[in-house]
Amino acid sequence: MSGHSTYQPTNAVAKWFEARLPILGLVHETMVFPTPKNLNYWWTFGGILATFLVLQIITGIILAMHYTPDTGLAFESVEKIMRDVNYGWLLRYAHANGASMFFLAVYIHIFRGLYYGSYKAPRELVWIIGLVIYVAMMATAFMGYLLPWGQMSFWGATVITNFFSAFPIVGDPIVEWLRGGFVVDNPTLVRFFSLHYLLPFILVGLVAMHIWSFHVVGNNNPTGVEVKSVKADTVSFHPYYTIKDSFAIVVFMILYFYLVFYAPNLLGEADNYIKANPLVTPAEIVPEWYFLPFYAILRAVPDKLGGVLLMFASIGVLFLLPWLDTSKVRSATFRPWFRQFFFIFLAVSLGLGYLGGKPAEGGYVLASRILTAYYFAHFLIILPLVGLFETPKKLPESIAKSVLDKQGDSSGDGMVEEKA
Amino acid sequence: MVRINGFCDTLKMVDKIFSLFFHQKGRKVSDTDQPETTRRDFLYIATGAFAAGSAFAVWPLIDQMNPDASVLALSSVEVDLTPVEVGQSMTIKWRGSPIFVRRRTAEEIKQAVDVPLEDLPDPEPDSARAAKPEWLIMVGICTHLGCIPKGQSIGDERGDYGGWFCPCHGSHYDTAGRIRKGPAPLNLVIPPIAYLEETKIKIG
Ligand code: HEM
Ligand code: FES
Repeated sequence: MSGHSTYQPTNAVAKWFEARLPILGLVHETMVFPTPKNLNYWWTFGGILATFLVLQIITGIILAMHYTPDTGLAFESVEKIMRDVNYGWLLRYAHANGASMFFLAVYIHIFRGLYYGSYKAPRELVWIIGLVIYVAMMATAFMGYLLPWGQMSFWGATVITNFFSAFPIVGDPIVEWLRGGFVVDNPTLVRFFSLHYLLPFILVGLVAMHIWSFHVVGNNNPTGVEVKSVKADTVSFHPYYTIKDSFAIVVFMILYFYLVFYAPNLLGEADNYIKANPLVTPAEIVPEWYFLPFYAILRAVPDKLGGVLLMFASIGVLFLLPWLDTSKVRSATFRPWFRQFFFIFLAVSLGLGYLGGKPAEGGYVLASRILTAYYFAHFLIILPLVGLFETPKKLPESIAKSVLDKQGDSSGDGMVEEKA
Repeated sequence: MVRINGFCDTLKMVDKIFSLFFHQKGRKVSDTDQPETTRRDFLYIATGAFAAGSAFAVWPLIDQMNPDASVLALSSVEVDLTPVEVGQSMTIKWRGSPIFVRRRTAEEIKQAVDVPLEDLPDPEPDSARAAKPEWLIMVGICTHLGCIPKGQSIGDERGDYGGWFCPCHGSHYDTAGRIRKGPAPLNLVIPPIAYLEETKIKIG
């Protein structure tokens, strides 16, 4: 998106405006951005994510009009939203399930990047900003979960803020500083509310940087081959991808509204409808489903500090990925070994998620240990080595060529139906 | 270059320090091979002072998150122990945390005293945990990630060592509240306790 805008305002008002603040040109540039013509449906999750960010902000701001961040009133105000506020139940279920769908979309989006090597040069920063977005999303959801002030809210926040107590010397002061007290209490609730309101807007800024960064280097695509000719290999973002994205958003919304209307508490915990009690811990503390893999890693290690460090490292290692994967070929479609390892890794991640929801005892702990070891081995051993020893398949000459060849034998879009 | 008079001596000293870190192209070097003080040096110092000033200004923004005066004001409570019979427990709140008070039976005390210190992940003799052996008073927060262990109520699961059991990630504490098994690294914390009378204590 470098160079001067190709935007030519036609009416006088637009001309006047554009000469003073070229914001219409910016929108125009984004809309006509040359986009590889072969993007499949895995590429629609970016648009889905942007949609959910906006939805969370809208439902959240409305919830905040009825919510009271005070330990004496928070739980009651959420119940009031559910029972008394007009359509309050809808807004709250939309917000709570919206968070789940947001994470579902981000996980698909991240695994899309892993499969097609979208983290490799020159897109390292796109990947890293994406990870920062993911971390900020986790922080936002974690703080939001405290707000209803139920048992899981309280104990989840207690356990998670306590992670920091694992660090020697500075640990306890950090925990007290985060909580504003010796335990999770009113000061914690109010600051979490403040930050829960703030962070989504920081996310908006980060998303803008994310988009800006891939508009500088261009989108990756299912072949992983760079655009060689803008004319032959790309189409305008609008209307081609605005339509494709909209269709995907509608389909994704069906799942979302199914949850909101027919199974609004499916992903929640019954214990969170019990008001927080600082003197009684629920029989079992389970985080929201989207944190389960990390919870499994935490509990796999018998040592407190070790568990906490490994859990942070499991996200940290993703930041190093662009330099750990030694292969120059991006797309897994052309990397036979890597493709196998990708699916094993996907299974391992899902397995960790499953184990995170199980009690930490016997076979579950052993399984968590094995999968945790594999998780790290994938990044630190397998990826560096596979890149060195694997012989990639022949890459298509260009995006245009690969599309034409595909049309010849009428197979679908790479990821599922690619030819042997 | 214009000299900034008055500050010269101080500047020269600071400048020497700076010059260890920054190599400046085209800076004037005097006959004595002493670098001259320049406007640029002044800018460095001004920037440095500004940065240090900003750092101080940021401190209140950070410190406001620490426990405030009202939280700290709740820092001590007095407790009357008379209602607790031998073998019973009581939970009270101190600084928002549960305090486990247990009037131990002779058998529980014996169990705790008889454990060899080598068997303990966080070795502490029973005498260091309970000034009066009958009364065990501890912060009832698991030293792993902060759940409240079970064992205060009748019928609670007490774990493999007959004391307390944390269901969150499976930590077992013995009858002196010492960690024996599980991910918790330390024994349950003993708060500062003062006996005001035979059966009256002040915590904190
Ligand atoms: C990144 C976007 C956001 C995410 C992922 C998110 C996530 C969450 C989650 C997981 C909850 C707990 C839901 C429950 O179980 O009840 C929550 C609650 C809440 N959020 Fe958000 N949120 C986001 C944006 C916002 C924004 C922008 C606001 C505006 C102030 C907001 C206001 C609230 C309020 C008032 C509650 C408490 C009411 C309730 O529990 O439903 N949220 N949020
Ligand atoms: S918090 Fe008690 S075992 Fe983890």
